[in-house]
Formats: sequence, C-alpha cells, structure tokens
Amino acid sequence: MQVTLKVMRYDPNKAAKPGWVSYQVEAEPMDRVLDLLHKVKYFQDGTLAFRRSCGHGICGSDAMLINGKNQLACKALVKDLTKKAGDTITVEPLRGLPVKKDLVVDMDPFFDAYRAVKPYLINDEPPPDRERLQSPEDRARFDASTKCILCAACTTSCPVFWVNGSYIGPAAIVQAHRFIFDSRDRGARERFQALAASTGVWRCRTAYNCTEACPREIPVTQAIEEVKRAILYDKF
Amino acid sequence: MAVRARRYQEAKAQAGTNLELAWWVFMRVSGLVLVFLVLGHLYMSNILINAGKVEYTYIAERLSNTTWKIYDWAMLSLSLLHGMNGLRYVLDDWVRDPARRFWAKVVAYSLAVLVFFVGSMSLLNHDFSKGLSENTRLEQSEGTR
Repeated sequence: MQVTLKVMRYDPNKAAKPGWVSYQVEAEPMDRVLDLLHKVKYFQDGTLAFRRSCGHGICGSDAMLINGKNQLACKALVKDLTKKAGDTITVEPLRGLPVKKDLVVDMDPFFDAYRAVKPYLINDEPPPDRERLQSPEDRARFDASTKCILCAACTTSCPVFWVNGSYIGPAAIVQAHRFIFDSRDRGARERFQALAASTGVWRCRTAYNCTEACPREIPVTQAIEEVKRAILYDKF
Repeated sequence: MAVRARRYQEAKAQAGTNLELAWWVFMRVSGLVLVFLVLGHLYMSNILINAGKVEYTYIAERLSNTTWKIYDWAMLSLSLLHGMNGLRYVLDDWVRDPARRFWAKVVAYSLAVLVFFVGSMSLLNHDFSKGLSENTRLEQSEGTR
C-alpha cells in the first residue's frame, strides 16, 4: 500500500526555518518507519538526514517524533500508525534540542546532563578478592533503570525540559537511579549535587510524558520520585 | 561537572543548595495543614452559621480571641506562601524569556507582599472587641443560630 511520509526537514544552509516535505512511499503494514525513511533516502531524496545504527531498538539512535509521539523509528510499525492506504505518517525531530539537519538534533545538552550525574560505579572501598557480590534482590531494586538506551525520547518529551533546557531531564535521573539504588555504589551524595539543584529532580512536575515516551517501558516517573525520596531521606 | 551553564543565572541555579528540597517539603506540609485549616474555616462560616447571615459581630466575636487570630493569620500566610510558590513553579515552567520571567515574578511577589501586609494589618491591628459587650455578644450568637 501507499502511505504519505510527511517529514519536517531543515537545512540550515538553504532555509532559515524548517518545513514539511511529503513523500509517497510504498509500504507493507509490518514495515517500520525506519524502513520508510530508508526508502526515501535510497530512492527519492539522498539528502534526507537522520540517525540510525542498529535498527533493532537497542542503540537508541533513531528516536524521533512520529505522529506527534516520541518513538524509535525502528520500533514504530506502519500498521500501528495508519488505518488505511494513503494515510499520512508525520516525522519530526526531537523537541527541546537544537536541530542540526532534518531529523538530526544536537545531543550535547542531553549528554551534559548524563555526565552530570556521574553514571558509573563509585566505590572507594578496597575491592574483594573476586568481585563485589550482590544478592538477586539487591540487583532487582534497580533493574528497570538498567534498561535505558539513552535515546532521549523521555527527556525530549518533558514539557519542563522544553522551556529552557536547563532541567537535567528524566534520562539523566534514570541513570542516577541505576547507581543510587545499587547496593555496591557509594556515590549517591556526589550525584545528589546535580540532582538536588534547582535544575534537578525538583523541577519534575510528574507530567508522565517520559513514562509514556520510553520505548523500553521503564517507569521513568517512578524512578524520578524514588530519587526525590532518596534525597529527602538523606537530608532529614 | 554539571549541566553546561551558559548564563550566570543558570550557573546560580545549579549551585548546590537544598532550597528546592525545602520548598518541596513545605508544599506538602503546608498543603496538608491548609486542608484542615480551610475545612475548619468552612465549618465555622458555612455550617455553624448560615453563610448569608454572617455579620461583622459574628466575625468580630471570633477574631477578638487571640487563638482565632493566630488561626486566621496561619491560614493567610500559609495559603499565600503555598500559592505563590505554586505560581513560581508555573512561571519557571512556562515563561521562556528570562527577562519576562523576572518581571512576572517581581509583579507576582509584590502583589503577594501587599496582600500579606494588608491582611496582617486588618487582622492584628484592628480591635475586634470594640463595641462587643458581654450582652450583645450573647444575643448575637443566640440570634444568628
């Protein structure tokens, strides 16, 4: 069947503002939006720019706004986005990050926030002979937050992040959650410095956009609330 | 390393204080306290007496008592602080331009200070017991019920 792929395109060398461009694409119901983008890029317009790497929902490169919702282009199927042949699928770059070209956004602010929470194990205690053991229950405590692929779908769906971009964002908080609730980690206080600032977790208004946007089904808002509680119990 | 700050304001926002935590706790505690204060207020001015029959003497009788003055003043200050902090959240979330955000806050905070000042003055600097003799007080409270 034929579908219309409507892409928000932007080339800073050619136009001052982004604009919609429509493409007629032959699609199967089980095609992914990524396949449609490939069809456009390979056969219709080679100048279309977008990021993708693995194409299987693991690398987190191809998060974009598909039919108004943050999704991975490699996980969004045509059959879920259209009702009949000729329907339109809209594709836009992620919101809240500067667009470099077409669907490619500048991820630097996102990774600045990621670095700010020190997303690695912090533990100065001398390591045991073999490894730092952990019970299955302790491992399960932060299991959900290990699933993050840093696609930025959550952070760029957050209305607070859209305002000025200085909010640390749900993705960074999920990464902090992954280590704060790790029984082997001792760096919670260091992470709280970035998380307890006025640009940190207290900006969260529990809009739940992040939880809905997450392609890995991480309960993001819950993780944020748990980090808030961790900071609260640390101080009182 | 923190999130990249481009302006002084941003760097200041990222400075490590627990002010936002304190506000967050205050919002929860004051919200809970206000629920009971306002329920008590509603009971006194709507159920204990028909709201249409509320007169100066009924209010003055209550406010001539220091306990009720403190009660009303707590309600005034908590609701103003709680409401203004909520408004601050809204302005921070929705006014993008830093200059406009600053002036919106200046106007909002000034109004809050004004309302708080006028409210406190009329509550604390007015002699509510004036003109209320023992007899009229009894008559009034009997008659209005």
